Amino acid sequence: MITVLYFARLREALGQSSEQIALPGTVRDVEGLRAHLVARGGQWEQELAPRKPLRAAVNQAIAHGDTALNDGDEVAFFPPVTGG
Amino acid sequence: MTVRIQTADFDVSAEIAGLRRGNTKIGAVASFVGVVRDVNDGGAVAEMTLEHYPGMTEKAIEEIVAQARARWKVLDARVIHRVGTLRPTDQIVLVAVASSHRGDAFAACEFIMDYLKTRAPFWKKEETGGAARWVEARESDELAAERWRLKG
Repeated sequence: MITVLYFARLREALGQSSEQIALPGTVRDVEGLRAHLVARGGQWEQELAPRKPLRAAVNQAIAHGDTALNDGDEVAFFPPVTGG
Repeated sequence: MTVRIQTADFDVSAEIAGLRRGNTKIGAVASFVGVVRDVNDGGAVAEMTLEHYPGMTEKAIEEIVAQARARWKVLDARVIHRVGTLRPTDQIVLVAVASSHRGDAFAACEFIMDYLKTRAPFWKKEETGGAARWVEARESDELAAERWRLKG
């Protein structure tokens, strides 16, 4: 299982802030997880589509599409940051 | 190094005094304070809510300060960022850097702020006359962070 977190506009659009997902064997990295979520359709497809400027983190460090995922990881998806 | 994420306001003078306390090597302190404006992208802002990613936020800022320390002679640094509901004129963020000389303090302070804007997981939601909108990331902030790459 991995934990997936959603923040800010994404959290609101998806209607949830976190979930536990059993990683399918075909999902090996962040891009794979994104595609897996997009396949749910509806809001997931719309909000996580490749054209959307999304950022990701794995275990609380900035990640990229090819960042590998392992069981027990904490993955987060969020819009570009706007603090400061 | 001190990094704090808090809902409460901060006292800049007290924070700088805390940063300097007892360190006789410090010859310069540069600080930046970010403040809530009442207008953004042409719309009147009544209040804003800052959301963050607890855990990652602290790590991201500590990493940014570590990068600054690797590039400039920084004796100590303090970063405080508020979250929760803020209104125009409220303080949002403090970056204070102590060095022996001003050049290092100025540069490290600006670097930390530019990197924080584009790498620390905070998101602003503005309330503008009954409507709420998530603030969009600015390309100018990304460019401000990128220019530190070129300077080496």
